[in-house]
Amino acid sequence: MTDLHSKTIKEISADLEKGAYSSKELTCHFLERIERHEPNLNSFISTFPEQAIALAQQSDEKRKAGSSGALLGIPIAHKDIFCTKGQRTTAGSKMLENFVSPYDATVIENLNAAGTINIGKANMDEFAMGSSNEHSAYGNAQNPWDLARVPGGSSGGSAAAVSAGLCAAATGTDTGGSIRQPAAFCGVTGLKPTYGRISRYGIIAFASSLDQAGPITRTAEDAAIMLETMAGYDPKDSTSIKQPVPNYSANINDSIEGLRVGVCKEYFADGLDRDIEAAIQNAVKELEKLGAEISEISLPNTKHAVPAYYVIAPAECSANLSRYDGVRFGHRCEDPVDISDLIKRSRSEGFGDEVKSRIMAGTFALSAGYYDAYYRKAQQIRRLIKDDFLQVFNDVDLILGPTTPSPAFKIGEKSNDPVSMYLEDIYTISVNLAGLPAISVPAGMAHGLPVGMQLIGPYHSEAKILNAAHQFQQATDWHLKSPALAGADKTGGS
Amino acid sequence: MEIDNEVILNIAELAQLEVKDEAISKYADKLTAMLNLVEAMQTVNTDNIEPVSNPLDAIQVMRDDEVTEENLRDEYQAIAPEVDAGLYLVPRVVE
Repeated sequence: MTDLHSKTIKEISADLEKGAYSSKELTCHFLERIERHEPNLNSFISTFPEQAIALAQQSDEKRKAGSSGALLGIPIAHKDIFCTKGQRTTAGSKMLENFVSPYDATVIENLNAAGTINIGKANMDEFAMGSSNEHSAYGNAQNPWDLARVPGGSSGGSAAAVSAGLCAAATGTDTGGSIRQPAAFCGVTGLKPTYGRISRYGIIAFASSLDQAGPITRTAEDAAIMLETMAGYDPKDSTSIKQPVPNYSANINDSIEGLRVGVCKEYFADGLDRDIEAAIQNAVKELEKLGAEISEISLPNTKHAVPAYYVIAPAECSANLSRYDGVRFGHRCEDPVDISDLIKRSRSEGFGDEVKSRIMAGTFALSAGYYDAYYRKAQQIRRLIKDDFLQVFNDVDLILGPTTPSPAFKIGEKSNDPVSMYLEDIYTISVNLAGLPAISVPAGMAHGLPVGMQLIGPYHSEAKILNAAHQFQQATDWHLKSPALAGADKTGGS
Repeated sequence: MEIDNEVILNIAELAQLEVKDEAISKYADKLTAMLNLVEAMQTVNTDNIEPVSNPLDAIQVMRDDEVTEENLRDEYQAIAPEVDAGLYLVPRVVE
């Protein structure tokens, strides 16, 4: 039982089906690991041991009664940005410290219906604003590979929990890289689907034209299994894509012979860590061995992505977060003297510094006299970035590069220089601006820390991305490496 | 572009945030740094470029005007800081 936590969803599902162990035993194993490792990792904001065990028992009974399914009885974590009915949902903010959601997000409904066990709510940067988890009001999560380092963000708790074997998989959201960057930092697989592929209903909003949910898993194959359940048209989200959900696992075993992969030259410019560059070049060779046709491509507007993002995301967040007024839900200040005091003080006490800074930056960008120079300009640059991708996808099937320019940095290292932290997302942000799907998969080690390779595809190409990522993982073992956690048990499972 | 204290106080008012005196210069520095980062956009020629508001260039979908949600007022008000008789309470607005 000691290696249960390093098994994939695919493996667990087969084990449960043949009765090798029960979902209850599996869930208890994860809960025990959470109890042992959470004091070091802080990857959860809330856990639900009793509810999880009860759900696991129910799933075991359902299986006995003839039910089956790839996710039946699988314990997973949810980023604390997904509303879960009857449970505290904080978005990593003091503003929502006592917010108990009256409904489930559509993603949660879908995963619950498939039989997953909600084991807890994962730590995150406040309202998903951050790349390090240091902006969580509940203390930052730590990177399981090195506790002095950040797990990345904003879905840092989700990635840390999967990496440390505290759950079989986790949900995340990605507005500028918040699934892919923590997946890269923690050595796990993270998929951001096409914008609109997964419903945003019940996901606490950050920047609505960029936000997209996705899975964080051990393998690309598991990501395909999770995506099949998470994705789908939802009338409750007007931006949700009205297209049937393909069977993402169906062609995952196909050969990638002849797959045209473009290596983006702008992603190998100054600022890229040399060991990461070497790891990615090796990954390119690996794909070449598998039959992929490699060529160099150019996305000339890449350098404008971070500036455009830091106008669009704050502008949208300033509008979205105006709903927190201390009246209907969320934090309310003590003894307000009048309505203005109530709203201003509730917001100022409830939001952390990074959130307040972004709200103010966004308010400025949208204010009279500045709208054209900032917001409209950024939306125009967004078109140039999108057109770059569309042009390149005439010639290649997928674009390859590193997920991040450097491996996980030290906690506190970039706290005083927010702009340098923003630039960490240089390879991921343009994908959100264009609304494309992309995955990060483990592809090597740099300075003893995991390296992520990013594969970007055209709209609705998740199946192709997952196929290429799965074939890469069949040929390499980077995704099988796991961190040596402190407090390992005597039977060898850490 | 330099953001001074006066601009910060104006933005804070628009954003309905209270900024304490000792924090004004901190926010001014941070916003200045953010604006310097985004200033690079101004060098890009975007003449006749259509802005993107939805990445898939999707348009707003309309649906029939039918009631699809049930009334869950009691559940929604159960999480409100202060309610009375189905109403959200705030400090007196009209004397």
